[in-house]
Amino acid sequence: MNEVVEMTAPVAHAASGRIAPDHDAVVARKEPKILVCDANEAAAWGVVLSRPDMVAVYPITPQSSLAEYVAQFVADGVLDAELVEAEGEHSVLSVLHGAALAGARTYTASCGQGLAFMFEPYFRTPNLRLPIVMSIVNRDGITPQCVWGGQQDAMTVREVGWVQLFCETVQEVLDTIVMAYRIAEDRSVMLPVNVNHDGNYLSNGIVRIELPEQAEVDDFLGAPDVNWHAALDPKRPMGVDPLTGGATGPGPALFVGYRRGHCEGMQNALRVIVEVHEEWARRFGRRYAPLVEEYRLDDAEYALVTIGSMAGAAKDAVDAARERGEPVGLIRIKTLRPFPLDAMVAALDKVRAVGVVDRAVSYGWNSGPVHQETLAALQYCPHRVPCLSLIGGLAGADLTQAHFERAIAETARLLVSPCPREPVWLNAEDR
Amino acid sequence: MFEMRLHGRGGQGTVLAAGILAKALVAEGKHVVAVPQFGFERRGAPVAAYLRASETPMRAMTNIYTPDCVVCIDSSLPRVVDIFAGLRAGGMLVQASRLAPQDIAVPPTVATVAVCDAVGIAREVFGRPITNTVMLGAFARATGLVSLEALDRALEETSFRDGGLVQNRRALALGHARTVVHRIGQREAA
Repeated sequence: MNEVVEMTAPVAHAASGRIAPDHDAVVARKEPKILVCDANEAAAWGVVLSRPDMVAVYPITPQSSLAEYVAQFVADGVLDAELVEAEGEHSVLSVLHGAALAGARTYTASCGQGLAFMFEPYFRTPNLRLPIVMSIVNRDGITPQCVWGGQQDAMTVREVGWVQLFCETVQEVLDTIVMAYRIAEDRSVMLPVNVNHDGNYLSNGIVRIELPEQAEVDDFLGAPDVNWHAALDPKRPMGVDPLTGGATGPGPALFVGYRRGHCEGMQNALRVIVEVHEEWARRFGRRYAPLVEEYRLDDAEYALVTIGSMAGAAKDAVDAARERGEPVGLIRIKTLRPFPLDAMVAALDKVRAVGVVDRAVSYGWNSGPVHQETLAALQYCPHRVPCLSLIGGLAGADLTQAHFERAIAETARLLVSPCPREPVWLNAEDR
Repeated sequence: MFEMRLHGRGGQGTVLAAGILAKALVAEGKHVVAVPQFGFERRGAPVAAYLRASETPMRAMTNIYTPDCVVCIDSSLPRVVDIFAGLRAGGMLVQASRLAPQDIAVPPTVATVAVCDAVGIAREVFGRPITNTVMLGAFARATGLVSLEALDRALEETSFRDGGLVQNRRALALGHARTVVHRIGQREAA
């Protein structure tokens, strides 16, 4: 009892400015520091451990408490970073462009309408090849007016060229923020990374997590390596982002070079994401599927495809179905961008039918975005796999084990009857 | 697995209470998931928070629909909200009220009623009806699920907007001391 509280004490007071730098005592005991917190606080601790030089934030629900935690950590001296409270999200990311070009490790967080307002510099960030890490605390789109969770924001910007990782648990949020810097700053990648965590159920869902040691994270991350390729630096003057392209001279080929290089960086990221996750597991003892998680898939006849925090309840539903003798498995996408084609095809190839549960809408296809991604991947599967779209958890709606048991039943039906064109709206009957 | 739902009004610290309870339960070796109900955060509006505790890890980050226990930290709320919705048979109510537990109307699913004059205690301690930490004391007394000591230590790790640590500790202790627990299971079963 006393031991637990002692472990808790060094970290638990930081938000109120009373951090106890009890480093040595904790290291000597080899006990992890325990936090009982939601994913917004966990993300802020991930930021602390990553030691960014500059953080710029503008609050927006459900990201707000994350911005507040980071600001409090800076105010309390827990995080030694420059904090810029910009007047809006467009400025937030523009400020970080300048900081990154000057060599700073940087962080921000946003979501929903804030991300929409950020879109112009957001669009430029990956093309500038700036390794900025940004949390998206996933929020649904308006209208109707809505301040709750959903992944419409991240899905809408999935073709912009950022790396996009989606977390299932609060612990994974903290761990993935740290890993994101290694991925972003890898010299074969040099791309910004979005670490996504679901608004509401993760952003405000409180669980027990473990806080890695700062010294071990320092060793894992190394020094920032941000602007070797493009710099605002009087000592090595260069034209950053000059007018490029057009139809004459070297323009077309130069522009293709940028686009092709960006695509190569994304493909390199697939390898780097795997390597970084493996090293994380070795050093910190927590193993996450880096690209695509397979759950009870090897002997499954059909499977659900999920993304984000919904996987928890979905796995419970899979376990319950297995106890009834139903041969169902689960695929969870952790890395959506770059799309992990090989890992996804390998997973899909194990089953005869899939039901894809999206927390966002693809208006153009009358289905969900991950459903479209899965259909594209199925083109590379040797056999035909019917693929049903299910949409749920919009605007903060709950996705419970019961919803996934229905999703499993709808997917099982694909083995004996044609796949419907219409999506299944999982919360349509909720009251 | 133990599932509970806390009811209160915006500004009373319902969600914060769930977070404090989560800290205390984790310190005593339990696994916990605490999720607030997402609505319109306004002072005075009904709010709720969910908490499940277990000896084993839990994966589902979801709301709770069939709680074992309902804690209501506002005495007027049962007139506005169906606080008993989904309560399992043999369930418990921990209610902020000046009434005696026998005088509180409950559905047949309720087997135990615990009552604490939380508003009275809060007025005594804070000068205002902030009842969340009082009702945590009442919860500990009624369920025995968490120790007063663990809750007391969890308070130390909490930033309070209303009142300081000393006041909240006193509120917790008084809530624990002045809670009356009434078991009606046998009569209902007969």
